[in-house]
Amino acid sequence: MIETVLDYASWASILGGLFFMVVGTIGVLRLPDVFTRLHAAGMTDTMGAGLLILGMSFQTVVGIMHGETSYWSVLIRLVFVYAFLMFTSPISTHALARAAIVSGLEPWTNDHEDDA
Amino acid sequence: MFVAATIGILASMAIVLVRALLGPTVYDRVMAVNIFGTKTVLLIAVLGFLTDRPEFLDLALVYALINFIGTIAVLKFFAFGDLGLTRRVERGPE
Repeated sequence: MIETVLDYASWASILGGLFFMVVGTIGVLRLPDVFTRLHAAGMTDTMGAGLLILGMSFQTVVGIMHGETSYWSVLIRLVFVYAFLMFTSPISTHALARAAIVSGLEPWTNDHEDDA
Repeated sequence: MFVAATIGILASMAIVLVRALLGPTVYDRVMAVNIFGTKTVLLIAVLGFLTDRPEFLDLALVYALINFIGTIAVLKFFAFGDLGLTRRVERGPE
């Protein structure tokens, strides 16, 4: 019973993660400049990766309930992957935005659109 | 389910590659490559579950670290023109 619930939760998490990932990617393709695109990229990194890894963790928990003890190490590795992504994604986003600002890129505003 | 996840991740990787090729500034390209790396980490993890060999997650861990270091190094190179060595040499020993 609880395995079925976990299976459905895993489905929902992975589909939600895919949704955020695809939406963030479309944003990266369509938004007007680096800084706005960084916003979409950050959404991909937090919600997309987070929900996908959550879904995979539910699957490993189901595997553990079926008696596969080797899945414990898989669960720990998933937590480590998530922790690394959560540490490195904001750092690289911040470094990118700072490098772009230092190099003299002007952030896009609505006024530019009206002038053009 | 993991087949759907794999296809979705591959599709978004393709779209990100388009941005890496189009990107007007070098920062767009660096950002696109960074996102591509993050998606590669997830793709390796999902592929591990798809083929019933979740031990692939070790590769995902290593790839996450390499991706981060590579992004920071490339950014530093393009923002400051070097990786810090030449300036230290110019400053001299005193």
